[in-house]
Order: sequence, then C-alpha cells, then structure tokens
Amino acid sequence: MKTNGIKADAISSDAIVILEKHKKNILEKWVSTMLEDPNLRDDLMSNADLKSQSEELVYAIIDSLDERSIEDSKSSAFDKVNDVLAGLSISRAKRGYSPRETGTYIFSLKETILQVLHDEIKDPSSLYQQNRKITRVMDGFTLASFETFIKGREEVILRQIGEIADISTPVIQVWEGILALPIIGTLDSSRTQVVMENLLNGIVETESAIAILDISGVPTVDSLVAQHLIKTVSAARLMGAECVISGIRPEIAQTVVHLGIDLNSVVTKSTLAGALKYAFNILKLEVGNKKLPTSLN
Amino acid sequence: MDKIPILHMGEFLLVTIQVDFYDRLAENLETDLVTTVMKTGARGVLIDISTVSIVDSFMGRILGNIGMMAKVMDAETVVVGMQPAVAITLIELGMSLAGLHCALNVDRGMELLRSKLSNQQESSHVPDGRSKL
Repeated sequence: MKTNGIKADAISSDAIVILEKHKKNILEKWVSTMLEDPNLRDDLMSNADLKSQSEELVYAIIDSLDERSIEDSKSSAFDKVNDVLAGLSISRAKRGYSPRETGTYIFSLKETILQVLHDEIKDPSSLYQQNRKITRVMDGFTLASFETFIKGREEVILRQIGEIADISTPVIQVWEGILALPIIGTLDSSRTQVVMENLLNGIVETESAIAILDISGVPTVDSLVAQHLIKTVSAARLMGAECVISGIRPEIAQTVVHLGIDLNSVVTKSTLAGALKYAFNILKLEVGNKKLPTSLN
Repeated sequence: MDKIPILHMGEFLLVTIQVDFYDRLAENLETDLVTTVMKTGARGVLIDISTVSIVDSFMGRILGNIGMMAKVMDAETVVVGMQPAVAITLIELGMSLAGLHCALNVDRGMELLRSKLSNQQESSHVPDGRSKL
C-alpha cells in the first residue's frame, strides 16, 4: 500500500515536471500544428496574434498545474487560466470564430500535450493515468470557454431586451395639444428616463398642453413605480404641460392606497377615455353626438 | 458687470436669459427682479429660459426663490421655454419648482399670466381666494 502511494505521487509529479520541462516544446509543436492545419483561419487572426495568445494560454495552464490542481479542474489554482480563457473566448467570438473553432483550438492543445506525454512516459499504465488526468483538466477548460461564449451571448440578449423596452414607449398625439403615452411593462428607472425624454421632446414638437400617461399596461405599481410616475409628471409640468394618469385598474388603486402612496398632486382617471374627456374640458373642446362631423372638423 | 435686462410691459415684467446663466448673474437677477417688482407694482413676471441649456441646483433654487419672492409681493411668476434636458436635470436634482408656473413658450406664458390675473381679480372679494393661487 505504502509503496503504491509513493509511486502514484512520483508519477503525478512526473507529468507536471515533464510539462514544465517541455513548455517551449509544447508551445512550438502546438503552434506549428495549428499553422499546418488547412482549416486555419488566418483571415480572422494574424499568426503573430495566434502565437502570443497561445503562448499566454500554455504558460498559464502549465504554471498552474501542481499535484493538487491536476486532480480538480475547478481548483482555484486555475483562476488565472480561466481568466485567460474568458478573454480568449470573448476576443475570438468578437473576431468571428465559431464556438466549435474555439473548442477545437483548446482540444488541439490537449492533443499536443498528450503527444508529448506519450513520447516521454514509457510505462503504459502510468501513461494512461497521466492521460486521464490531463484530459479531465483540459476538457474542463474547453467547457469553460464554451460557458464564456454563452455568457457573452446572454449579455447581448439582455442588451437587446433593453433596446426593445426603449422602442416600446411611443408618444402618440391623440389630438391637437393632447399627447398619450401608453406605458407597457414595468416602469424601472432606466425606462422612466426614456419615457420622460420621449414625452418632453413630444411636448416640444407638438406644443401640447396635456399629456396622458396610460398605465393600464403596467402590471404592478409599487412605491418606486409611483415615484417614477410622479417624476415624469413633474418634469412635464416644468415644460408647461399638465399630466393626467389614466388606466388605473382596481388592483392598482388598491395597492396604491395600501402602500400609502400620495397621488393627490396628480390628476388620475380610471380610463383613457376619461382622461381624454378631461383633456377636452381643459382645452375647452366639446365632443357631441349629432354634430360630430362638423364640430370635430 | 453683466446684467440681464428686465423689460416692463404693462402689468408684467419680461426677462429673457440669453447668456450663460452663471451664479453671480443669477444672484443679481434675483435682487434686480424683486426691486423692479416693488418699483413698478408688476403683477406678473415672465422668465424665458429657452436658450439656457445647463442648470444646476443653484439655478433651480434661484428660480424657485424668485417665484416665491414674487409671490409674497403679490406677483405670479411663469418660467417659459424650458428645454427637455433642463427639465429632466431639475427633476433628477429633486427640484420640482413647486412655487412657479411653467409654460411651453412665451405665448402660452402670457396667456397663463393673464388668466391667473383675471382669476385673481374675479375672486378678489373672497378672503382666501389668493391663497389658492
């Protein structure tokens, strides 16, 4: 038993020592293999860049290998490697590499390392042991590079969600001097900013005196949303326009009162129609049944 | 020393800020304006800030002060032509200028002043009529 343990340790350090000794060799071999590869994308990255990137990765990996970290690909010793991998994966994604190409890139490093081990370790069983360990560690790195790639994609998606929110805050002129803003979705502070800007610019463009904020599409109104609404209303007031908040559903009325939010400073109506009626009243306009065609023209 | 001209037109005073509204100038305007309100007995003050593109909390406070000072001297103040960016900045600074009236342009501002004034005259026999305004 004891001799076995010592033997295993000796082998393990053996592999690390081999890699450390052949660092330069591995790098050269790997780069030359990649350069010989007919699928090399030298249109996306210059060979010098590829070389320096690969050098950074190889050194980071080999420097962080020790008896303990080689057993555990999640070891904190690999933090630096993961950083390098993340940067590499993102920069390659930006340059237009597919995830498969990035994966293949790291797999090819593994192959080179295995080749070196094969050349150096003559004993088949210890060769197998070392192969297994190296494979596990390197596969972990490949997975990490994929993860980063996906994370990058998710960031893009999140940004796009934000952009969609920006687009979905239209300002509609419903009448001469009356603007309507149907707000759909939750009103957070960044969205409030967009709504406010759109509204104020709309007021200037259309010379409107009244703006109707319709919140029937806002799922919940908590104190923060209410505060944002009041902010928008006060900003419109500074521009000389009066704001009416419409679309106050029963649930919203309940939450507003339960939360003790003070909406007394704002004119509120339950429906957009009610708000429009109020606006007509302020502008001294009249909408009648029979005279409709003439009076509206 | 630069000064912002205050035009006297009937019952109203007109102020057009067409230069960089720096702190010293704002303080001078405040003093000048209340003195002129006193001298002329003006009932309304119209301040055009359509060319002002930068404000800070000090400017906001000066505007608010002018509004309140004029009010205690029985004159209404209307600020007109505020740019959207200025309005957003003031709101973000937490200044809603509650003592002031605002209008989109000079035309609307004059209209607002006149309507305030005629309301005041109508309700002048009601003791608490003015406090509502």
